[in-house]
Amino acid sequence: MITFMNNSDSEEEPCNERTSLMSAESPPVPSYQDSLQASEAGEAHAHRKRRAGRSRGPNNIAGGEMSGSGVPVRESALENEEEELTLKYGAKHVIMLFVPVTLCMIVVVATIKSVRFYTEKNGQLIYTPFSEDTPSVGQRLLNSVLNTIVMISVIIVMTMFLVLLYKYRCYKFIHGWLILSSLMLLFLFTYIYLGEILKTYNLAMDYPTLFIVIWNFGAVGMICIHWKGPLQLQQAYLIMISALMALVFIKYLPEWSAWVILGAISIYDLMAVLCPKGPLRMLVETAQERNEPIFPALIYSSAMMWTVGMAKPDTAARGPSQQIWDAAEDEREHLRSPSHAESQMSETRSPVPTCPITSLEELEEEERGVKLGLGDFIFYSVLVGKAAATASGDWNTTLACFVAILIGLCLTLLLLAVFKKALPALPISITFGLIFYFSTDNLVRPFMDTLASHQLYI
Amino acid sequence: PAFGLFIFTIARDPLRIIILIAGAFFWLVSLLLSSLIWFIAVKASDPQDERLQKGLLIFGVMFSVLLQEAFRFLYYKLLRKAIEGLVALSEDGCSPISIQQMAYVAGVGFGLMSGAFSMINLLADALGPGTVGIHGDSQLYFLTSAFMTMVLIFLHTFWGILFFHGCEHRRWWEIAAVVIMHLTVSGLSFCNPLYVGSLVPSYLLMVAAAAWAYLLSGGSAQNLRRFLLCKC
Repeated sequence: MITFMNNSDSEEEPCNERTSLMSAESPPVPSYQDSLQASEAGEAHAHRKRRAGRSRGPNNIAGGEMSGSGVPVRESALENEEEELTLKYGAKHVIMLFVPVTLCMIVVVATIKSVRFYTEKNGQLIYTPFSEDTPSVGQRLLNSVLNTIVMISVIIVMTMFLVLLYKYRCYKFIHGWLILSSLMLLFLFTYIYLGEILKTYNLAMDYPTLFIVIWNFGAVGMICIHWKGPLQLQQAYLIMISALMALVFIKYLPEWSAWVILGAISIYDLMAVLCPKGPLRMLVETAQERNEPIFPALIYSSAMMWTVGMAKPDTAARGPSQQIWDAAEDEREHLRSPSHAESQMSETRSPVPTCPITSLEELEEEERGVKLGLGDFIFYSVLVGKAAATASGDWNTTLACFVAILIGLCLTLLLLAVFKKALPALPISITFGLIFYFSTDNLVRPFMDTLASHQLYI
Repeated sequence: PAFGLFIFTIARDPLRIIILIAGAFFWLVSLLLSSLIWFIAVKASDPQDERLQKGLLIFGVMFSVLLQEAFRFLYYKLLRKAIEGLVALSEDGCSPISIQQMAYVAGVGFGLMSGAFSMINLLADALGPGTVGIHGDSQLYFLTSAFMTMVLIFLHTFWGILFFHGCEHRRWWEIAAVVIMHLTVSGLSFCNPLYVGSLVPSYLLMVAAAAWAYLLSGGSAQNLRRFLLCKC
């Protein structure tokens, strides 16, 4: 979701969600001892993270980038002024979202191209139980559709659960969940990622150094995302987390399932945000009624959020990770326009009911900005990463998908400026991306190859 | 050089970045459609016939050029509408970006995308092992490709300016000249690997187009220069 964020404090929330997703993800890797143990937890975490990721996505980046643009935008006074400023600074907002999305994609593509680990098939997630190694095309298609149905239903269940929690003000629970998610994400996945990078480049690193590095990275990340921190650092962390989640997805989703899932997710996104009974919409509206910002951990905000008071209450218990999944889902879908001056909450998908009081304080100091759910980041990166990994046209296809996604994001932001309410960020971009991927891979590639071999130019 | 153009003149203003990406998108769509046509033609014909394949390829190239110019025109229409919208939105009644700047950015967008598509696979392969021209082809393959791509990017930029100017002032001959120039350059590339035949005329054409675009920008040339120099 993309929402206009006046409050960018929701960064913290997604971490929790994210960590929950992480635990879910670990099981399929037999070569990693820790992942085996953590597999149970990982599954749940992975789910959570996913969700958290979604809502978080845009927020992280916002921190860094908004600092510059945040200042002139404060518009609490007049509706008209707000509108004009909104549109006037529309281009700036678009760029503020372009940069983090681009950065995330670059990280994912660079990793995919260089580290072989993420393109090897080492098993599947528990959420995609059907294998795609079947002999016939029809069977494979059926399996991927079934995988998609399983995945989407998991997402729906999680989202509903999260919305219920939010509605009944189980803030501590959600908070705990999100914190657990982000913990898993920051530590476990980073450890795996770092290990793979070191292996690829044949660098040696001893365990104490590794421990110190990961500990520092994780601890600072937790603080930055869930509490206060420099905006740019927060954004950088959110980008890193989104990239890690996207890499995990690229590795563990089988080919055809991944494409079908991408398509189904965007349809679900569309419905969940726009239908009156959609979970994400309910989340956004509830958050608006209560005048609370959505969990920061699930949303990337491009504006500077003076979330001084917004530090979330401690995450008491470790909630089950499943719920985060839903939260992330919600996060993803909210695109809100800045015109809701009062309910500045970045409705970005994170159900952040934790700090109702502080949010009011923060309302004063919010800067305008746009918030994008982290889940959006993750899925954009998954699309581009899959294009880079599996397309035989290599860079052409990747570039085409990249441009398509950016244009989709532009259009979505344009619609946001027109409609001024939370909008789903996925459908347009993913549709463009999918169209361009398939057409570039099958149509443009032979054409360009033939041209290049004769050295002809068009 | 094209990337330098991008960094120095476009990266600062978010509106221009959007126009650039949109321009790249339009070029991409035109490429998509033209390759679709070529693909259908190839599939429908006999794959063994060399001459026919070559002929189809030539046809594909020409068709693609025409499509690119058509999409440039469509993009021009879209930008005109956008300018009206921007004028309505802005506070002091004038657009934050002029049509010439848009023309320039659109041209760069087209050029960057076309250049990227031409070069990037080449560059990726160049990182790997291998010898250039081992099968009796020219050894200058990479060099000439690089130069050709650069000249094409610049040409797209200038053509963008000329084209938009022609549309603005309803001078159809300008537009026709751009189309003919594009066709010529593509046609010249058929002379490869006789590089003298393709590179030299292309560069000459580029210089001519550059001078023409510069003159057309007229008074705004000083603006551009001032803009570039005072850019902080």
